[in-house]
Amino acid sequence: MSESSGVQPALRVRQQAPSSPGLWTHGVHIIAENPVTGLAFGLFTLIVFAALFGPMIAPFDPLASNTAEALKGPTRVHWFGTDQLGRDIFSRVLVATRLDFTIAIASVALVFFLGGLAGVTAGYFGGWVDKLVGRIADTIMAFPLFVLAMGIVAALGNSVTNIIIATAIINFPLYARVARAEANVRREAGFVQAARLAGNSEWRLLLTQIVPNIMPIMAVQMSLTMGYAILNAAGLSFIGLGVRPPTPEWGIMVAEGASFIVSGEWWIAFFPGLALMIAVFCFNLLGDGVRDLIDPQRRT
Amino acid sequence: MIPSPLLAIRNLTVEFATRRGTVTAVKAIDIDVGKGETVAIVGESGSGKSVTSYALMRILDRAGRIASGSMIFSGLELARMPETEMRNLRGRELSMIFQNPRAALNPIRKIGHQIEDVLRQHALVGATQAQQKAIEALANVRIARPEERYHAYPFELSGGMCQRVVIALALACRPQLLIADEPTTGLDVTTQKAVMDLVSELTRERAMSSILITHDLGLAAAYADRVVVMEKGDVVETADANTIFRTPLHAYTRKLMRATPRPGCQLRDLLPEETISPVPSPVANQPSKQQHAPILRVENLIKEYPKAKSAGGLLSLLGGKSEEPFRAVNAISFCVGRGESVGLVGESGCGKSTTSLMVTRLIDATSGRIEFDGTDLTQIPARQFAASPFRARIQMVFQDPTDSLNPRFTAARAIADPLLRFPRLKPGESIRQRCEKLAGQVGLPLDLLDRFPHQLSGGQKARVGIARAIALEPDLIILDEPTAALDVSVQAIVLNLLQDLKQKLGMSYLFVSHDLHVVGLMCDRLIVMRGGEIVEQGNSADILANPRHEYTQALIAAIPAPPASR
Repeated sequence: MSESSGVQPALRVRQQAPSSPGLWTHGVHIIAENPVTGLAFGLFTLIVFAALFGPMIAPFDPLASNTAEALKGPTRVHWFGTDQLGRDIFSRVLVATRLDFTIAIASVALVFFLGGLAGVTAGYFGGWVDKLVGRIADTIMAFPLFVLAMGIVAALGNSVTNIIIATAIINFPLYARVARAEANVRREAGFVQAARLAGNSEWRLLLTQIVPNIMPIMAVQMSLTMGYAILNAAGLSFIGLGVRPPTPEWGIMVAEGASFIVSGEWWIAFFPGLALMIAVFCFNLLGDGVRDLIDPQRRT
Repeated sequence: MIPSPLLAIRNLTVEFATRRGTVTAVKAIDIDVGKGETVAIVGESGSGKSVTSYALMRILDRAGRIASGSMIFSGLELARMPETEMRNLRGRELSMIFQNPRAALNPIRKIGHQIEDVLRQHALVGATQAQQKAIEALANVRIARPEERYHAYPFELSGGMCQRVVIALALACRPQLLIADEPTTGLDVTTQKAVMDLVSELTRERAMSSILITHDLGLAAAYADRVVVMEKGDVVETADANTIFRTPLHAYTRKLMRATPRPGCQLRDLLPEETISPVPSPVANQPSKQQHAPILRVENLIKEYPKAKSAGGLLSLLGGKSEEPFRAVNAISFCVGRGESVGLVGESGCGKSTTSLMVTRLIDATSGRIEFDGTDLTQIPARQFAASPFRARIQMVFQDPTDSLNPRFTAARAIADPLLRFPRLKPGESIRQRCEKLAGQVGLPLDLLDRFPHQLSGGQKARVGIARAIALEPDLIILDEPTAALDVSVQAIVLNLLQDLKQKLGMSYLFVSHDLHVVGLMCDRLIVMRGGEIVEQGNSADILANPRHEYTQALIAAIPAPPASR
């Protein structure tokens, strides 16, 4: 991961010892031990596939309206039915995956980098850095998070980038606190002292000794907040912030369909809602699986 | 023997289900414990001694199960007893003392209440007498002022005190059989003596039977009537405590006895007979023993900590609030000669670890000088010491080989870590080749270099730690209890390895330890510390033979008599 430039090729850290099983057999074992993890990985593959190839495999143009076919329930042609403008809901749900997934990935990556770095620095060095990061996290936590996200998007402007930033900001305390706690307990560990004796500077210690060891817990955190990020993005769109119609997006689709539920056209809101639920469910389950997979202690 | 023993274990086999299939931890063993008898189960890690006791209490973890055999305890079959009945027996008839007393006590409950819990669980007392009974139980384990201590929380008590509370808990219901699983591991040697004397006195008083599980042959010899030696899940020898050490029959018992450090033996005597190699000749330019030019000279070294952090609740309660900082190390002076081994001995809290951290320049001293090869190192702040060329010349081997290796680095990467910062390679030599050479020097098989720490045994991890420490060919190595976490046979090998490396590479050692015998074997000179001060220093053979200071005398007297000297 963070190898120094001076490492000779001969020393490249090999991923596993000869006697230990490879990542594949390890993964198979983890899934056999906990089939729910297998289900989560399956769903995850499905979501990634939809995000990558959704626009290509969608049977209809998600934006093309066809008033003759408006408000039709699920049929063999329109699997999820059509909306008030006659757009194919299945195609829209499929195409929306890419946007929602991108927002989630980007915001989680952003907060992982910023929150994680702030947290490990605070936990490792302590002192004023710790106080500063702690107070920032406290301030963010003092707001109702969704309202804070609304405020940020409203203030910065209605765009996908700003949704990503807002989602990252409200998740910051979670990352900063987990990273801080993990770095703090490892600060005095024997291997950190040993590396200090080897002449490593404090920043190198942080990056080569502490960070790799808190990766498992951060990966779990990422997977959990991924679901939350999708929900947050959809929620913002639902109330009319962020992504705007006619762009296919799960939150907008649920919002649009909500008014039709009373009159019996349940499928307009139901299927995007179902997609949203499956995505969040999948990421939450994935957390445990990811931890099992990358923890070296489990690979015996 | 006794006609009908209190406990008869017959053919007991315990299996664990793991990813690699079933592992048999205990293989068809037979053990008898008579009424009023103390039986010691001795063995190294992985011998199955703890598993046997867990099976007996029926507290094996989920993966473990009693595959076959029987355990008859005063007429009751424990191996197939339903859990509800077993729960009734635990604590009342059979009870257990665990290794880490602090972990065995609930940290947020007053110790008096914890004892009451046990008494009430077995309906031995009503609510009214409970407090009085609990205080009585505390008084029985010789805790001074039991009425006050009744209200103490575990964190307010020292390790030895906590172990007394655990013993009080175990004995509260007057059980017939007490199982003590390494009851004194982690305690100081004088505390160990006090705790063990207490256990043996109490069990004798109440005519109880006890099982003492230990890796320490000396402890077993001193306190047990009979000794059972276990190796890899088998009982290899069972005999009277007096005879087993005089005439050990099994090869494994003999190996264990050889490996136990004892007065009057040499380092090479610890190794099994067939593997002894000649002592390597010292390097040519090493000065003779008389004229050690000092490599390290410590003068008036002081380390103070602010009181709030160092003093526990009880201390500040007793002493009242004072603003004076706590002195962990109080003006000590000593020197280490080139090529010399100096032992730093003392009990926990004596300041020996703080001293070693200051000498390795991991923490700053409050005042005083640390002169290394003529330069005062206290001038360089600890934070900047990593960049100093002196960093490569002072290295350390840590106490816990597991904790001191990054779980995400392979052995090779761990050994290479210092070499990446201070590349001292010969022309044309790659870091990998250097690692392999170092692995060869410490006797680590090359195919283990690509393994992660959790795939290595304790001894192998210790070798990785040593290889890392010698990678930069330092002048001074601080050994911080390097063998405290190792089995005696592994300890014997590691100590010999360290000695050979010192001879070959001409290094100096500062050997920090609580074990006087080990230090006596390794070191030319000895420094005894207590409460941050040096109470005695001098030639190690002289100090061990005629200790002057009463504290040194107490330390030596507290070491349980090793078997050979009985």
